Amino acid sequence: MTNRLQPIFAVAVGLALGLVVTALAGENPLHVLAVLARGAFGTRYGLGLTLAYATPLVFTGLSVAVAFRAGLFNVGAEGQLTMGALAAAAVGAVWPGWGAPGAWLAAGTAAVAAGMAWGAVPGVLRAWRGSHEVINTIMLNFIAAGLANYVTMYVLRNPASQNPETRPVGPGYMLAPWAWFAGAPVGWGLPLAIGVAVAVGWWLERSVTGLELRAVGENEPAARAAGINAGRVRVLAFALAGGLAGLVAVPEVLGNTGRFRPAFSAQYGFLGIAVALLGRNRPGGILAAALLFGALQKGATDLDMETDHVTRELALVFQALIILAVAAEGAWEMVFRRRARPC
Amino acid sequence: MLSAGWQLAAATLRGAAPLVYATLGGWCAERAGVVNLALEGLLLSGAFAAAVVAHTTHSAWLGALAGGLGGVALAAVYGLLVLRWRANQIVAGMGLNLLAAGLTPVLCKMLYDDTGRTPSLTLAERWQVAPLYVCWLLVAVAWFVARYTRWGLWHGFAGEQPAALDAAGVGVNRVRWVAVLTGGVVAGWGGAALSLGASSCFSRDLAAGRGYMALAALIFGRWRPVPAALACLLFGFCEAAQDRLQGVRFGSGEPVPVQFIQILPYVVTILVLAGWAGAARPPRALGTVFSREGNH
Repeated sequence: MTNRLQPIFAVAVGLALGLVVTALAGENPLHVLAVLARGAFGTRYGLGLTLAYATPLVFTGLSVAVAFRAGLFNVGAEGQLTMGALAAAAVGAVWPGWGAPGAWLAAGTAAVAAGMAWGAVPGVLRAWRGSHEVINTIMLNFIAAGLANYVTMYVLRNPASQNPETRPVGPGYMLAPWAWFAGAPVGWGLPLAIGVAVAVGWWLERSVTGLELRAVGENEPAARAAGINAGRVRVLAFALAGGLAGLVAVPEVLGNTGRFRPAFSAQYGFLGIAVALLGRNRPGGILAAALLFGALQKGATDLDMETDHVTRELALVFQALIILAVAAEGAWEMVFRRRARPC
Repeated sequence: MLSAGWQLAAATLRGAAPLVYATLGGWCAERAGVVNLALEGLLLSGAFAAAVVAHTTHSAWLGALAGGLGGVALAAVYGLLVLRWRANQIVAGMGLNLLAAGLTPVLCKMLYDDTGRTPSLTLAERWQVAPLYVCWLLVAVAWFVARYTRWGLWHGFAGEQPAALDAAGVGVNRVRWVAVLTGGVVAGWGGAALSLGASSCFSRDLAAGRGYMALAALIFGRWRPVPAALACLLFGFCEAAQDRLQGVRFGSGEPVPVQFIQILPYVVTILVLAGWAGAARPPRALGTVFSREGNH
């Protein structure tokens, strides 16, 4: 039981510590909390931005979770989503004339394929060379950023803009935002994220390949003894993780900016680790954690205007404190007085 | 022509110095068996503390000292999380990087009512030349301690054979605590070299990924201090060359793609780790939790 409640306690501890920081800064913590809540949920537009921040986090959270269930740590969602977004923007910029359903399909497929290819690299390196995926994914994040910069500057540069960005995609590619959210970029990316979360959950729990993936993650020797090719499963898990991260292109490129801008991602890849951890690698938990992190992100943007002593970076502080509170397992054992496992 | 060469050499040393501190800080923790992904955060906290104290006391050296304290403060939180509370070392490291990235601008706003940067330092408050050689002295010290002292032996055993160290009557977690905290001080000085040396104030995201590049250098140097420091020199050279080639065009009018120089350190790290450029073996017990009941 403690296990299921622990993330909720951790959120409470993280928020409380963050509010202590605001109190030290000379702000009334209740006022800060009110600004956060009002900013995140108070208006249709605010709620829309909260959901717009949360949608990419669902994809990256799922990406980290799928790898994690296979016993792999995917710190590379940032690079995978960069490649996915770049691929979607490239298809839309090179063939701007394509019309609606086909254009969406082409750009979406390109995003997933690019994310999968980028994700498969650390999986292959782990399976064939035994090198650890954490270092490799970190390095691949920087390589992806460098390559994307190159393509943006020299291959697909938008001559009409002062800032580095790719040429805009054709109008047939864009997913119109829903009017109800009063201009916030929320559209079909959101139901896609929810649908993908449900599908991934179903696949992990109910399909043979999903079972193989979990078997490798939970007990590799037993999985091998049962005839599962662990190396192949690892490559598959990482490719799938990359594809999920690549889907960030749908809400961000097709649903919002219509082009690739370097550093467009607000640390979505890294926050995906936190979302997966907080959501205990389960789709329902990931949706809830993404909503919480999206709300913190949006709510904190109002802090610059509505308080005197704290800034929007407080969102990072809250998010970091929540992650650390979830991760500190030994501290929770102390709290719940659980006996250490005898080994 | 000669002077251009000297300039490039000087720029290489300047670019390498903060990396050398961060790499040594990472080496301290990782040789004792503790993964350290928090180097980026240690650089940021060190840089911030150094800039604030140098600005307040008007002393570059006090600022540099404070940089070490800023690093050790965050390292103490890291030690508490991973050594005491057995938090996942990767998650805790990334979490602390996020915390440092968020907390430094918030503190900036509290202290100076400015979200972006601390006030500019005068020339007397800056720590410009010393960090360029201090880091190489530290490399020599690390090499000597690791190779010739009893402490160096314990340090290595904590990362390779913690059970044997424990059987010899030395507390594994105590050795790891000292290693993590020492690493925090050294990486914090790297931050001071950034905010007091390379720049004249602390600004948001001043570390700009150097903590991760230091990790790359550590692996490229196969977890040994001298080769890792030389890797920093190579990466510093890449950075200096890239700055000089920015906007330069080939004879045909094509711009030089500096992005490919930029990604070079990360590509070679992957190749080294995969064993395609000489084998790299991490400390055997890296990332494991030590307890008497057995390794997890």
